[in-house]
Amino acid sequence: MASVQIHDVRKSFAGFEVLHGVSIPIDDGEFVVLVGPSGCGKSTLLRMLAGLENITSGTISIGERVVNNVHPKERDIAMVFQNYALYPHMTVADNMAFSMKLRGARKEEIASRVSRAAEILDLTPLLDRYPRQLSGGQRQRVAMGRAIVRDPQVFLFDEPLSNLDAKLRVAMRTEIKELHQRLKTTTVYVTHDQIEAMTMADKIVVMHDGIVEQIGAPLELYDRPVNQFVAGFIGSPAMNFIDGTVVGGPVPAVETAYGTRLPLAGAPPGSEGRPVIYGVRPEHLDRADDGVVAEVVVVEPTGSETQVVARLGTKDIIAVFRDRQQVRPGDTIRLKPRPSAVHLFDKETGQRLSA
Amino acid sequence: MTVVDARAPLQVSALAGAWQRLRSNRNWLGFWFMVPAAGFLILFLAYPLGLGLWLSLTDARIGRGGSFVGLENYQWLSDDSVFWLSVFNTLLYTFVASVIKFAVGLYLALLLNRHMPFKALIRAAVLIPFIVPTVLSAIAFWWIYDAQFSIISWSLRKLHLISENINFLGDGNWARASVIFANIWRGVPFVAITLLAGLQTVSPSLYEAATLDGATAWQRFRYVTYPLLTPIIAVVMTFSVLFTFTDFQLIWAMTRGGPVNATHLMATLSYQRAILSGRLGEGAAIATAMIPFLVAAIGISWFGLQQRKWQQGGPNND
Repeated sequence: MASVQIHDVRKSFAGFEVLHGVSIPIDDGEFVVLVGPSGCGKSTLLRMLAGLENITSGTISIGERVVNNVHPKERDIAMVFQNYALYPHMTVADNMAFSMKLRGARKEEIASRVSRAAEILDLTPLLDRYPRQLSGGQRQRVAMGRAIVRDPQVFLFDEPLSNLDAKLRVAMRTEIKELHQRLKTTTVYVTHDQIEAMTMADKIVVMHDGIVEQIGAPLELYDRPVNQFVAGFIGSPAMNFIDGTVVGGPVPAVETAYGTRLPLAGAPPGSEGRPVIYGVRPEHLDRADDGVVAEVVVVEPTGSETQVVARLGTKDIIAVFRDRQQVRPGDTIRLKPRPSAVHLFDKETGQRLSA
Repeated sequence: MTVVDARAPLQVSALAGAWQRLRSNRNWLGFWFMVPAAGFLILFLAYPLGLGLWLSLTDARIGRGGSFVGLENYQWLSDDSVFWLSVFNTLLYTFVASVIKFAVGLYLALLLNRHMPFKALIRAAVLIPFIVPTVLSAIAFWWIYDAQFSIISWSLRKLHLISENINFLGDGNWARASVIFANIWRGVPFVAITLLAGLQTVSPSLYEAATLDGATAWQRFRYVTYPLLTPIIAVVMTFSVLFTFTDFQLIWAMTRGGPVNATHLMATLSYQRAILSGRLGEGAAIATAMIPFLVAAIGISWFGLQQRKWQQGGPNND
């Protein structure tokens, strides 16, 4: 096991820079998730960590060693690919044993490691099968088995669950997390799915357009996003954003263009009259008699909760209620944001305003 | 009268019903779609093959229908040293040309599969020998191998490596080597382009996985590329062997089987005996004698194909 240091890493493809100086510290044994929309550079960064892409500038070190010019096989990492990349002409056992065979390990050692990995992943009855004969989830587990057998310093996962159906994805999510808790190997996991990031990570790195937007623990990112991008990316349904202007005085609020006043716990110092974006998560909207008036557009009951899409001025906002709501489209409801849970962002820069 | 009147409409409607059922029957429709293709195959493949087999059992000559003579033609051939020489030549020609075509074709395919400038142009250029009409390339080779004007002899003489022209097509072994080389030149593009197509179906992530697993370039080829390519190798080499074994044009245009039958293949010998000498029965027997070899070649690749368990769908038990 080892820590990983990514320091001011840049990557250009044919003169076009896709990563603009990314720095990420990863502690020994940590489960780090790189998350961001497609094209943000997260997979490229992972492939640079694996040694499959050159590093244009900056350094990546694994343990104490800078690995910029170290061949992939010497980096002591194992990677699980999105399409699993199982060798179709080898059985499950051979797939898992391949790296050790290449290293010239003894037969008994290979056999014992493969059977241990197979036990961990419940693959023992499948060892003689070929990848074609396996289901998606089984293939995924073989790919992980191949990584486990090598007993690497770092596990790399490149969107490993995106080829699975929704139900299996949830199950595999738990399995991967359990595996990490058991092996405690440093893990870097790339996904575009913020739910995967939230549920699995010790530390989330939110990336966007080749830069790191925020690094932090899942709930830290959820509760205190540093900018509008992170606020909108983390959480489902996404945070509601409403444009307005800060109004000071004894009852601080944000006034929208339609004159609606949204409550604030306190106006950030010197923000009076400033155009801002008022962010509030769907679950932080309550129905209250002194709330703002909105017209119900769509009601989506999921059983455990009820999502209500309501029109506030010209903007649709989403509210989520734990209890069932007897409202229909066209009804008028009054929604009140919880002032303590409101996020304020600068309209120009999108940065969080301290509040 | 009334009875007949009553019955007639019934029969008509029963007939119409059967017709309706037939019209909606997919197999019946499928049969008619198949008829043109089957007609072509029977007329141009099955019938000539059957006729050839029959001719080989007769003493037919051009202009004279033959009578059944049993296996007399084959008996005659079994004592014919020229026939056995042609069998030897054909096997040598097929074996050497196929092995080299495979090796060179695979090498070229691996080369063409890399990223390089003008990739499409180079890939197209590789196909040229395959596109040029056989007779045209044979004539070109004929000049290259010419006893007096050969550019190879000329170059080697200028380099002072030889003092006299090589008699490429006049000496038995030189002639064999020369026609084999010409066949390889023509056959390599087919092998290379087909294997290239096969290479492109191998997912790049497999190579990446193998790289991370610690495989060297040679090991990636040995343990990933080659095994994944075997199905297409089996197919392309079967075709290559069949084409080479039955080759006629190139030999006929370059040497006509000479010198002293040294380059006679079974196909050229069959043509010479059947058409030029007019002994249709004997020529047909030589052609028929090729069939067991071809069936064996197909059989080998067929059973080779069947051995790959990893390709076949198995029970998908979860």
